[in-house]
Amino acid sequence: MPEQFLWAMEVMLNGLMAGVLYALVALGFVLIFKASGVFNYAQGVMALFAAMTLVGLQKGQVPFAHLINTIFGTDVHKFGWELAPWLAILLTAGVMVLFAWLVQRFILQHLVNQPDIILFMATIGLAYFMEGFADLMWGADIKTLDIGLPQGVNAWIDETTFNLFGYGFFIDNLDIAATIVAALLVVALVLFSQYTKQGRAMRAVADDHQAALSVGISLRFIWVMVWSVAGFVALVAGIMWGAKSGVQFSLSLIALKALPVLMLGGFTSIPGAIVGGLIIGVGEKLFEFLVGPYIGGATENWFAYVLALIFLVFRPQGLFGEKIIERV
Amino acid sequence: MTDMNAESYVTEDGRTIGGVIMEMKNITLRFGGVTAIQDISFDIREGEIRAIIGPNGAGKSSMLNVISGFYVPQEGEVWFRGRRRAKMRPYQVARQGIARTFQNIALFEGMSVLDNVMTGRLTRMKTGLAAQALWFGRAEREEIEHREKVEKIIDFLEIQAIRKTPVGRLPYGLKKRVELARALAAEPALLLLDEPMAGMNVEEKEDMSRFILDVNDEFGTTICLIEHDMGVVMDLSDRVVVMDYGRKIGDGTPDEVRNNQAVIDAYLGVAHD
Repeated sequence: MPEQFLWAMEVMLNGLMAGVLYALVALGFVLIFKASGVFNYAQGVMALFAAMTLVGLQKGQVPFAHLINTIFGTDVHKFGWELAPWLAILLTAGVMVLFAWLVQRFILQHLVNQPDIILFMATIGLAYFMEGFADLMWGADIKTLDIGLPQGVNAWIDETTFNLFGYGFFIDNLDIAATIVAALLVVALVLFSQYTKQGRAMRAVADDHQAALSVGISLRFIWVMVWSVAGFVALVAGIMWGAKSGVQFSLSLIALKALPVLMLGGFTSIPGAIVGGLIIGVGEKLFEFLVGPYIGGATENWFAYVLALIFLVFRPQGLFGEKIIERV
Repeated sequence: MTDMNAESYVTEDGRTIGGVIMEMKNITLRFGGVTAIQDISFDIREGEIRAIIGPNGAGKSSMLNVISGFYVPQEGEVWFRGRRRAKMRPYQVARQGIARTFQNIALFEGMSVLDNVMTGRLTRMKTGLAAQALWFGRAEREEIEHREKVEKIIDFLEIQAIRKTPVGRLPYGLKKRVELARALAAEPALLLLDEPMAGMNVEEKEDMSRFILDVNDEFGTTICLIEHDMGVVMDLSDRVVVMDYGRKIGDGTPDEVRNNQAVIDAYLGVAHD
């Protein structure tokens, strides 16, 4: 087999893995957008906040340590314990539920029936507030996230492909773990929304608010639930990105990569978010590999956006979005 | 002649009408400077079909929205099952056992007919979120139980053939029927129908009238409906409230209302002979 082809295949596989992470962030957007019509700009910062909280809780960091030390002249930094990863994850999930409730209680509840742009602006404000808050709470330094996920090259794939093609594929164990976790998460979400009472209520709210009220569904409860679920998705995304490249503030920028994913997949479709994420992941890696060398590289920065732009021209509702039909 | 002031009585066609289940006392509803409902009182008795009629803009839909909690009146009291209702949100009203349909149909367009009707049972499902995740057996048993009830209603309204069809694809008349099925699935103590026959052709209207009568007869459901079509209302209902410009101008049996001069003038037009 020609070497070029094998390399392209390896790049494609790695692109798929990267796409899974884009899909995870996009999934959080879709969940909230479907249920409440809010485009949540803060989804990326939620991932950052979740990851920082996870590290902080696990390492026994004192929250607001800097603030406390400045005010009281003390010098506390750590509680001196280390939590088991599963316990830290559970506690962080609890924090995200609390966060969802706070957002509902202090922001969204006061903006019911406001135009979409107002709600969007509110989430932009929320995003910057949270970024600063996370900084204040856990400090601005880059943290390593270690909850025992496997890292490094997968030896089995390396060996097998070497024996088959004479060229070993480099696939990171972490990427494989991320893919499996993401797949499980999606399956769980589908089971939840299709087969539970709350899931059905969630779909009902996503479809028609008035009708949902008339069958006894509390919109507030569902919105808190959806933001909690989105918070949990953000936590998973935060863990994966954090484990890959450290928990740092650039993590919130991945939210921007989710935008082209959503334009590709459609803002209201869960399968769309996944397929869109995979296409962008594979597309940008392959493009960089095949075309990049001829035009000076660094195409990964803009490829996704250009692809989204082309999609906007030819299929504005995205691959899986609802077709916009305007009756005159 | 039956005595309609008694605690309960039996109609000519053999249905038993019980005591008052819902009472509206001196309801006034304003939107800014516009008074939509002006000091209206009436009651609904258990097991009866109660109609609210009136010309366009009379405040009928507003009245229905007050009963179902979508509007909160500035003055007056709403009594349900012998208790005064505190200020409530629509979903709380629904949980009390008051189901409704909408004039412009509010269904979950993306969901199948079956799923739509199943949402009607949400208020009756007991298993919590954690239990559903951890204890599949019980959640599954509950789901099957509710499913049986829902299938019965689907059979009753003759929509078996479209059970799995997404509602968005259905024609108007069938959508109205699905909406009725969803309201019925809650086994409501009081069923509110907002213009159930609006925009239907003659055949569809006849079907819908038959279903409304059957529902009342079969399940003993108390029904309060708003309707434009005078003929239909007179055939269907036990008692009729007539509204005009936000006021009540008549209240009684269809015959009484038909012969009420104020009603004839306001609603049916003044006779020219």
